Amino acid sequence: MSSEKFQTIESLAVPLPIENVDTDQIIPARFLKATTREGFGENLFRDWRFDKSGAPKKDFVLNNNTYKGSILVGGKNFGSGSSREHAAWAIHDYGFKVVVSSFFADIFKNNALNNGLLPVQVSESFLLTLIRAIESNPSTLIKVDLEEQLITITDSGASESFDINPYKKECLLNGYDDIDYLLSIKEKIVEFEKSRS
Amino acid sequence: MAGKTLFDKIWDKHVVDEIKGGPSVLYIDRHLVHEVTSPQAFAGIESRGISLFRPENTVATPDHNVPTIDQHLSIKDELSRFQVNKLTENCKKHGVTLYGLNHPYHGIVHVIGPELGITQPGLTMVCGDSHTSTHGAFGSVAFGIGTSEVEMVMATQCILQPKPKKMLISVDGELSEGVTAKDVVLYIISKISASGGTGYFIEFAGSAIRNLSMEGRMTVCNMSIESGARGGLIAPDETTLKYIKGREFAPSGADFEKAVESWKLLKSDEDAVFDLELHFDAADIEPMITYGTNPGMGAKIKAKIPTVEEIDSAARESYEKSLAYMGFEAGSPISGRKVDYVFVGSCTNGRIEDLREVAQFVKGKKKADHVTAWIVPGSKQVEKQAHKEGITEILEAAGFKLRQPGCSACLAMNDDKVPEGMLAVATSNRNFEGRQGPGSRTMLASPLTAAAAAVTGEVTDPRSLL
Repeated sequence: MSSEKFQTIESLAVPLPIENVDTDQIIPARFLKATTREGFGENLFRDWRFDKSGAPKKDFVLNNNTYKGSILVGGKNFGSGSSREHAAWAIHDYGFKVVVSSFFADIFKNNALNNGLLPVQVSESFLLTLIRAIESNPSTLIKVDLEEQLITITDSGASESFDINPYKKECLLNGYDDIDYLLSIKEKIVEFEKSRS
Repeated sequence: MAGKTLFDKIWDKHVVDEIKGGPSVLYIDRHLVHEVTSPQAFAGIESRGISLFRPENTVATPDHNVPTIDQHLSIKDELSRFQVNKLTENCKKHGVTLYGLNHPYHGIVHVIGPELGITQPGLTMVCGDSHTSTHGAFGSVAFGIGTSEVEMVMATQCILQPKPKKMLISVDGELSEGVTAKDVVLYIISKISASGGTGYFIEFAGSAIRNLSMEGRMTVCNMSIESGARGGLIAPDETTLKYIKGREFAPSGADFEKAVESWKLLKSDEDAVFDLELHFDAADIEPMITYGTNPGMGAKIKAKIPTVEEIDSAARESYEKSLAYMGFEAGSPISGRKVDYVFVGSCTNGRIEDLREVAQFVKGKKKADHVTAWIVPGSKQVEKQAHKEGITEILEAAGFKLRQPGCSACLAMNDDKVPEGMLAVATSNRNFEGRQGPGSRTMLASPLTAAAAAVTGEVTDPRSLL
């Protein structure tokens, strides 16, 4: 089943410069009772975003109208903790297409890539540059070009290249699916099984 | 040519194919499934019109979202009931072995795998749960995966996975009295941080690790993920073989002897090269406890919370945010804080040895009146054994009550939630904001330290009561 093709994105960005944002913050466990993939965006960052009564917390960035866009700029070690793919689903479902950080937790990175959410890992200094640019001018546009593996602050032209596994890049650009790929080599898998028995 | 690490030996044997410039196609020997991260994967293979490729290599149990009292009754919470029933339905439809609620083999997925002998040296094992790293204690390559990857394994018994780097952590020397496996792993994470292991698979070695029981080794490997590592593993030895022998799904008779021969080869070569090697001295490890909102924020229980000046300037904002959430003051002593809740359980410390340790400690003592204590066995078999050994009576005499198996307050998906603002000492694995319930505050520690807190009603060095 192919998914959406990842296009170059130029968008405003939302800054969340907090370290070690774990997947329990992204989507708390009590919202993992659903048996489908949809609708998790509603509870993205639930306990940072809403108070007990369900009213939005004014000081949280997603409730601040100043910041919008499909790029989330997080702090170091983003997505640590639980392997729940619901975290990637929630971020994507909310409307983000890219998450930027200086460091991603391994499982989160895989989960994001498997859901058309691009994790862009940049240097700590470029992350700081991005955060400063966005915070000083929320209408700063950020361009993420997957083909060129380049993230650019449109106004200043400051840019940095980022790494991505070439296979995963192809998958994202073409909307390919890992499972389709694995199914296509099933004979090889059966051969492998025979070879070890 | 340099020798191979244990991790390389197992990984390389399971590579079906390599994608040029991409991940490996890794064959998976055992797939463990639970109710929370599997429904979307089952739905995925159904929508592709395919069935499970190797259902016989898959075992399921509901653990995250089950109540820990009155398990004989229908689950009260509608969404939880639906999710647990969905697992039953999916397993039936797809021919997957299920150990459902009240089955004698039911329990936390990472507790039942080892105790049933499903977990064995040299295997690759995955589960849609980050604490799958637990099984590495047997010398297997075991790690947590997301739901898309669960679907890959269901469809093809393989996943696409980039090969991690290798780290060796050795702990040598003898642990002193009152210092347990949990303290060892909290100590290691406090040294390398909650992200220090990211990108790596860790092999734990050294005399202090060798001297741990299988339960202790599972605790250490379980929490390797809390350093960000993909997983942890320990080479199998006599302790491992003794644990496995005679278990339900372990090989028996001549098959066991044959398996042992191959298992004995499972160790890193003398000249194996790791990407990173770290060495720690067991003598420096003391009872540990966390004071912040990630597992890397741990310290010796007798120490003080670091002052802001001691923290790297780039990390100060996050540090202060974390302490503000905990309501703790930088520079203040860790011990002596009033504790409201104590939780003993989880895939980290919900095994029989953990319950034995707690029972032995609280025997003849009384739980502090103001403390609510939840003691949750990791499985039906642990529960049964606790009854058999008289642990249940000892706990009851001291004012505790044993609940029924499940993940419980480790992630508070069920009703076992620590109320807002309350402080819990927990033997589980995560102290994230709200992890044990919205607004709850968690300090991670060993079962012994948790028992000490339950008895005194405050954060206490257990050695003062031994």
